[in-house]
Amino acid sequence: MEMRLVSEWLRVCTVREIPRQGSRVIDLAGTAVAVFRTAKDEIHAIEDRCPHKGGPLSQGIVIDDRVACPLHGWLIRLDTGHACAPDEGCARRYRIKVEQDELFIATDD
Amino acid sequence: MEKMKLVMIGNGMAGVRTLEELRKYAPDLYDITVFGAEPHGNYNRILLSPVLSGEMTLPEIMLNDLDWYRDNEITLHAGKKVTNIDRVHRVVVAEDGTEAEYDRLLIATGSSPFILPVPGNDLPGVIGYRDIADTEAMIEAAQTHKHAVVIGAGLLGLEAANGLALRGMDVTVVHLMAWIMERQLDKAAADMLQASLEQKGLKFKLETQTAELVRGESGRVCAIRFKDGETLPADIVVMAAGIRPNIDLAKAAGLHCNRGIVVNDTMQTFDPRVYAVGECVEHRGTAYGLVAPLFEQAKVCANHLANFGIGRYQGSVVSTKLKVTGIDVFSAGDFSGKGAEEIVLHDRQGGVYKRILLKDNRIVGTVLYGDTADGSWYFQLLKDRQDVHDVRDHLMFGQNHLGDAGHKGESHAASMPDSAQVCGCNGVCKGDIVKAIKTHGLFTLEDVRKHTKASSSCGSCTGLVEQILASCVGGAYTPSDSKTKPMCGCTEHTHEEVREAIRKEKWLSIPEVQLGMNWTTPNGCASCRPALNYYLVSTWPHEAKDDPQSRFINERAHANIQKDGTYSVVPRMWGGLTTPDELRAIADAAEKYNVPTVKVTGGQRIDLLGVKKEDLPKMWADFAAAGMVSGHAYGKSIRTVKTCVGAEHCRFGTQLSMSMGVKLEKMLFGMWSPHKVKLAVSGCPRNCAEAGIKDIGVIGVDGGYELYVAGNGGIKTEVAQFLCKVATDEEVLEYSAAFLQLYREEARYLDRTVHYVQRVGLDYIKARVVDDAANRKALYERLLYALQDYKDPWLERAQGVEKHEFVPIRFHRKGDALSQEAEPA
Repeated sequence: MEMRLVSEWLRVCTVREIPRQGSRVIDLAGTAVAVFRTAKDEIHAIEDRCPHKGGPLSQGIVIDDRVACPLHGWLIRLDTGHACAPDEGCARRYRIKVEQDELFIATDD
Repeated sequence: MEKMKLVMIGNGMAGVRTLEELRKYAPDLYDITVFGAEPHGNYNRILLSPVLSGEMTLPEIMLNDLDWYRDNEITLHAGKKVTNIDRVHRVVVAEDGTEAEYDRLLIATGSSPFILPVPGNDLPGVIGYRDIADTEAMIEAAQTHKHAVVIGAGLLGLEAANGLALRGMDVTVVHLMAWIMERQLDKAAADMLQASLEQKGLKFKLETQTAELVRGESGRVCAIRFKDGETLPADIVVMAAGIRPNIDLAKAAGLHCNRGIVVNDTMQTFDPRVYAVGECVEHRGTAYGLVAPLFEQAKVCANHLANFGIGRYQGSVVSTKLKVTGIDVFSAGDFSGKGAEEIVLHDRQGGVYKRILLKDNRIVGTVLYGDTADGSWYFQLLKDRQDVHDVRDHLMFGQNHLGDAGHKGESHAASMPDSAQVCGCNGVCKGDIVKAIKTHGLFTLEDVRKHTKASSSCGSCTGLVEQILASCVGGAYTPSDSKTKPMCGCTEHTHEEVREAIRKEKWLSIPEVQLGMNWTTPNGCASCRPALNYYLVSTWPHEAKDDPQSRFINERAHANIQKDGTYSVVPRMWGGLTTPDELRAIADAAEKYNVPTVKVTGGQRIDLLGVKKEDLPKMWADFAAAGMVSGHAYGKSIRTVKTCVGAEHCRFGTQLSMSMGVKLEKMLFGMWSPHKVKLAVSGCPRNCAEAGIKDIGVIGVDGGYELYVAGNGGIKTEVAQFLCKVATDEEVLEYSAAFLQLYREEARYLDRTVHYVQRVGLDYIKARVVDDAANRKALYERLLYALQDYKDPWLERAQGVEKHEFVPIRFHRKGDALSQEAEPA
């Protein structure tokens, strides 16, 4: 059986460094990950790639817990990475944790 | 708290739509129980005709199957007919004794076919045309019998006749009046329709009254006898001579009824606990038999059941579309012609008939046959009560006579094959759209856009998609009334109401607007947020807070996102003029940042495509050092002022067009607007700068300039209209600024100047900008005030503003671990 290990938690930035209803891009050794902060200060991290045509989701407008892809307007749920109906598809989700305003991301691989 | 009990009698389209709307407003307010006489869930009754004709099957037309009721915790008593409403004890009783108590009751019992009072009307083989059972009876009869007679040549009768003929029956349509569909068509259109139906094999007997239906040896109907003595063989007789609202139950319960159950503008009956919607209802003296008004009623009724109390139903203007494959007929409004002016086009051989009726420069009715491409447009103008004086001379030729791009000028939806491409942006064919409409039960343009993406990008195929929708769902499709259309799904308010409130209340931020106007979503949507942001910054310049998170990425990053996530950069070239130094700086930047593509744009400047986002601020710093600023090629803002060489060099030039262009562009630098704005200045009427398709076109003539406004060279080519002639450069600046400020203050977000001017009319613009000098000056001043102290956004970002937008947080792999790269200084 294949094992998935959490190799480490990486400190990314403070929550305040992400604009509310906005995002920051993290480059994880070549993989772009978008970290979003919602209006309610919830933090989510998903792959910076729309399941539709690969658009950079980090550049989209954040609405509640969804982001509208800047290329063709698909809505992607930030908590699951799933596209909202009627569109279908999924962007990879990354685990994160927040400790005393510091944001960490898991490098599961 | 215990939930209130809502009971609905009738399980049809109007009633279930009310429950669906109610679920959106107040999902947990009621325990809901539904009684339906038919043993099915809710199905799309208007698609019974395609089922009859064999083009669709029953499962395809189900809108809400039994799972839907279960998932929404609605108790459905399917196949149980309610026989009594006890208003004193607030309980309804069904045939089999099932009872349900209610706090609110919704009656949606629909209508029944009118059965002619003639001998033999109860024989086997005589049917109305109303539900699945009737349709199945007709399909069965077509398999074993030959002769069919349809009484009534209205919408339903003709669709039934067409279906039975397609199933191989010999069909005669009998009609009392002098021409068919007399309530929807005038004689000319009806005659053309009748001729095409006759070609399909139908026979007609007009101005004929039925005397008797004759019983055959088998006990079933075998013939029909008319008052004139003639007899026709008939194995099946379909009664389609009108419908009667089902009011017996309501009447027996003591509710006030005329022709239908009488309701007020909130869909409430005379008992305040009892509401009614659909074909059983009479509202302001009218009972509707088409689906579109019922959906409007459903929305209002749900609003009141949810205790919101703000919706009002004020009656509907209806349109008609016949669902017979290959035949295009459309009618709307009043076409009796009394006191109206007419515009008529009649090509008998070509099979095209169009009649538009006008009163006081407004469309009051229209009948179209053969080419119904512009039906939705006329209907919209009719519903909006739009003054059509300005477009009267080409009204007949439709909205698209100048040609939309992207679908080969195709305008006849019904004759298009399924494989024909409708939406050139998203590659959607007619067949995809038809399939989505049928399988998902779609009724609105927004639904089709969501499911197929057709018409969701540039919108040039909207008219075609509307036609396809209309031909699939018939009269159930109503283009929304654009004057009362809400901004988006987050609010009931129109753009105008929102703008007015922002001005009056002096709101300065998006949350203030959303709170003040009861937005239904916590943070708005991708459509209203950018609009609200624009309305705020344009109404309260220097005071309202610009929200970058509510701007589309291009305006946030000050560059254009490309399909691979890189950006394009267009430095401003005032009036299309440049210098060797600027060109050198552009060439240097292109090399330094490995720009793969350098392109000359249509707006007389240079585009650097394929720039990495991280490089943007650095590139901008280099441009700033060479004295260049943002070209705003990415914004709903001033784009370019295109110029010809003009009197500076040209032997024909009458005015200094380059210098005029530079002055205009410098004045407008940094202007945000509802949509992009493009200008052009030509030095003589040869018009080499193509000023005729710009938002403002300036053409130099001997002794001054002619000003043209509201042209457009994009999706739909629109020629700019003459505004006025002015003498000096200063006047060009003042008039142009005044027109643009009016547009900025009054247009809806994403309206180009052409859409705005079409809506308000050129006369209005002239009155405000040309005739009223004081108002022109005030507009001019307001624009100058809004633009003063504007800073180049590129320079600001090169100096470090919004740094987080451009620089990623970067981790490198070192052995097995990832470690953060030091921030660049």
